[in-house]
Amino acid sequence: MAQMTMIQAITDALRVELKNDENVLVFGEDVGQNGGVFRATEGLQAEFGEDRVFDTPLAESGIGGLAIGLATQGFRPVPEIQFFGFVYEVMDSISGQMARMRYRSGNTMNAPITIRSPFGGGVHTPEMHADSLEGLMAQQPGLKVVIPSNPYDAKGLLISSIRDNDPVIFLEHMKLYRSFRDEVPEEAYEVELGKAKVTREGTDVTLIAYGAMVQASVKAAEELEKNGVSAEVIDLRTVAPLDIDTIVESVKKTGRVVVVQEAQRVAGIAAQIVAEIQERAILHLEAPVLRVTAPDTVYAFTQAEEVWLPNHNDIVEKVNDVINY
Amino acid sequence: MTKHKEIGLSDQAVVDMYRIALTARRLDERMWLLNRAGKIPFLVSCQGQEVQQVAAAFALERGKDYTAPYYRDVGVVLALGMSVQDLMLQAYAKAEDPNSGGRQMPGHFGSKKLKMLSGSSPVTTQVPHAVGIGLACKMRGEDAISFVTLGEGSTNQGDFHEGANFAAVHKLPVIIMVENNQYAISISLKQQVACEKISDRAVGYGMVGETVDGNDPFAVYQAIKTASQRARNGEGPSLVEAISYRLTPHSSDDDDLTYRTAEEVREAKAKDGLLSFKKYLKENNLLSDKKEEELEAAIKKEIDLANEYAEAAPSPDPDTLYQGVYQ
Repeated sequence: MAQMTMIQAITDALRVELKNDENVLVFGEDVGQNGGVFRATEGLQAEFGEDRVFDTPLAESGIGGLAIGLATQGFRPVPEIQFFGFVYEVMDSISGQMARMRYRSGNTMNAPITIRSPFGGGVHTPEMHADSLEGLMAQQPGLKVVIPSNPYDAKGLLISSIRDNDPVIFLEHMKLYRSFRDEVPEEAYEVELGKAKVTREGTDVTLIAYGAMVQASVKAAEELEKNGVSAEVIDLRTVAPLDIDTIVESVKKTGRVVVVQEAQRVAGIAAQIVAEIQERAILHLEAPVLRVTAPDTVYAFTQAEEVWLPNHNDIVEKVNDVINY
Repeated sequence: MTKHKEIGLSDQAVVDMYRIALTARRLDERMWLLNRAGKIPFLVSCQGQEVQQVAAAFALERGKDYTAPYYRDVGVVLALGMSVQDLMLQAYAKAEDPNSGGRQMPGHFGSKKLKMLSGSSPVTTQVPHAVGIGLACKMRGEDAISFVTLGEGSTNQGDFHEGANFAAVHKLPVIIMVENNQYAISISLKQQVACEKISDRAVGYGMVGETVDGNDPFAVYQAIKTASQRARNGEGPSLVEAISYRLTPHSSDDDDLTYRTAEEVREAKAKDGLLSFKKYLKENNLLSDKKEEELEAAIKKEIDLANEYAEAAPSPDPDTLYQGVYQ
């Protein structure tokens, strides 16, 4: 075991899988010699050579298309999109091509690609760098969308993603990269995709979150505890496909739910979760399911960022609303 | 010495080339009839481009090389081993369609067995895919190359640039063949590009570019053969532009007389590569009138049988709807 930050755990997962499977390839803009703009791929080119860890020209759609060609030949490409806001440049490759390869080929071809990309607010990067676009990805059947909230999960989820035979969008929240360390095993291990984790058990209300909002939810739960409110926190870990069973089980226990996401309010993961809960467990609910989200604007400019981003106070406030309903 | 022997093609090879090109034409003509009779829903045509398609495929190492064809490439896929029946099955979108099991648009060719990547509707996506396959060939030290085709309209897409550039930077064994048929649906060449030749674009990528007459099977064969030698020698990708003319509307849902004249089409039909190819074979005693008759009859029979089979074949079962979304 070693103490690792989330970025170290991600680098370690890439190293483990590059070593484990010669078909794993890491590429993207500045990921080679430079080791990535966040150093996620630091040292990997030196260790595994320029054939397996390589820089590409600045061309996101080309990176996505290249990954598809390689994937159809048995490789397991792990391309990096430098910031997830740049995904619009490669949307066709992702949603139009790799997500559909298996379906459109009548199950004769597949695209085992893991696209890694940093995203998320709170580190004073402007729009197109910080945007939470997981809802956009989750809407495309054929894709899995994974968002770790801590170093241990990041390593295990990334290894599982690379080993998965379908395309995975692996989103790394920039604020979590170096904000804390975890005990992370040095060997390979998997954290199952599509499986949420009950991070904190509670009986009065369920907080459902992912990414950086898990920390905010835990912090809110700790404050609520002081007021005698026992909050359960679910870390989704995979936002598509959703682990409905874990959600519904918790809802049946607590009867009250607040869904937390950093993304804007409209048409996102939280809205989907609310819909699923009311379809499956409405008779167990003691109050309407509420959401804590960012407002429906383009990602905020730096001076307004702290106002724009949801935080633990917003969560406590919504919990009080569902408790006092 | 005959032209074809000069470039290393046997008598049998040129006769085979003609037979496949003619099969593509007759199959396409049948599909128009089937579409107008309400039997098949949609059709994008290969007419006018068969000769260059078959010639290019013959210049590849069939069975070894990879292809990412585009939707007009009936000649390419037939030459690579897809059958008339396979093509009828995809036109009818039947469950047995080896391309996609009836899940894709017609003309989106793909076959793992034939090393042919499944195509997609947004044009030019196949270029970076083929470049990825070229990189796979290079990394594995395979002798195979990756051959991709597209229309001239597609060279205006970002994916053309991104794919071509990467292939050139990494000196990948890739051939990009632009089938310049003068029209991107209704947009004429002059409205699409300002450069004189599409192959001029190769200069910008640092690769070899060449323009050939797509109606001349030997010019196309030789260009692709040379490009494939460069690719196999580690000299990187090539851009080959084959010029022809789209003799039909863009698709079975298009009326081409809204943007071009009947006279223009008539003139192009007179220059049809299939006619000049036939003339060449006859002049060189490789095709007699009697042989031609037999060939036409055999092709007709093959199409009849394929049509009969495909029409009667079962459609995909709606119960398979959820299969293939994920593993």
